[in-house]
Amino acid sequence: MLTLSAAAAEAPRPQPKSGIEYAGSDVRALQADDFGNPGMLWVARGEKLWNAPAGRSEKSCASCHRDAPATMKGVATRYPRRDAGGGELLNLEGRINQCRVQQQGAETWRYESEELLSLTAYVAHQSRGMPVNIGINEANRVNFERGRDIYYRRQGQMNLACTHCHEQNAGRKLLADTISEGHGNAYPVYRLEWQSAGSLHRRLRACYFGVRAEQPAAGSAELVDLELYLASRARGLRVETPGVRR
Amino acid sequence: MSMLARVQVPAQARRGDVFPIRIAIQHPMETGYRPDNFGRRIAKNVINTLTCRYNGVEVFRAEMGSGVSANPQLQFYLRAENSGELVFDWVDDSGQSGSERAPITVTA
Repeated sequence: MLTLSAAAAEAPRPQPKSGIEYAGSDVRALQADDFGNPGMLWVARGEKLWNAPAGRSEKSCASCHRDAPATMKGVATRYPRRDAGGGELLNLEGRINQCRVQQQGAETWRYESEELLSLTAYVAHQSRGMPVNIGINEANRVNFERGRDIYYRRQGQMNLACTHCHEQNAGRKLLADTISEGHGNAYPVYRLEWQSAGSLHRRLRACYFGVRAEQPAAGSAELVDLELYLASRARGLRVETPGVRR
Repeated sequence: MSMLARVQVPAQARRGDVFPIRIAIQHPMETGYRPDNFGRRIAKNVINTLTCRYNGVEVFRAEMGSGVSANPQLQFYLRAENSGELVFDWVDDSGQSGSERAPITVTA
């Protein structure tokens, strides 16, 4: 059985390549066209939600955060993130739901609901073109290491780890598809197979399904840790939200 | 949730110019052939009719079926005649309708 040492995991990697570079010209053209990109419909809905009052406080996102293009610029490049005062590691979806409960006095949105997807897409969209900039420090090292362990852990009936496809075989074919490096810099994406926008966790769960492993719940600590590790691998890649993928 | 749409219409055009109009609507365009997680058929629900009126005159009509993808986008061309408004109206099989308006200024 193949053993992956921690040393191999730490080896310097070549410059990461975004998933869009593995896509065909039609998918690239669709992503590049700001009107044609179907993901922009979710961004447009997110903008409405940003300005809509919610919860007991009757405050909207804009009541505190004002103008998203200014205040949310670059935010997505720094997530998942843990507050200085501790608490759990949160991705953008988790932060939005935390804000809804603590600041707006509203209910959380279900993961993968149209509302949560739309607002996440709108917030992440404000960082489009900016490089992913995740730092590993004392606050998130435990999560980073857990995420890395998942990335290199064989699992499921296929007995595969993330690395076997997305590192060792990136660029090669899996049936009709080209395997990408598995970066999350374009999420939430509009995926043609789904005929809808979807979160990174939906995509990760699809990978778990593909290797016939037990799927963690969307928004679970396991997937947020993995998201952090993926973001650290994607450091320097530009945010593309909303991306388009097959 | 109400149906969300985006339209692309040039704000200004010169009289006689031919310009593209684009509209994208967020809609699942459910084909009626898919089963849900319990094996029951999901009822067909597609945007069956979309019209565009230019100052009250119908200039475009699309009748769609289950072969059209989710979140459909349509594009067609118009010749600029007079300043005014483009009004898009559509309705799906469940009876839900949507509407979008876009002003246009035509210069001589």
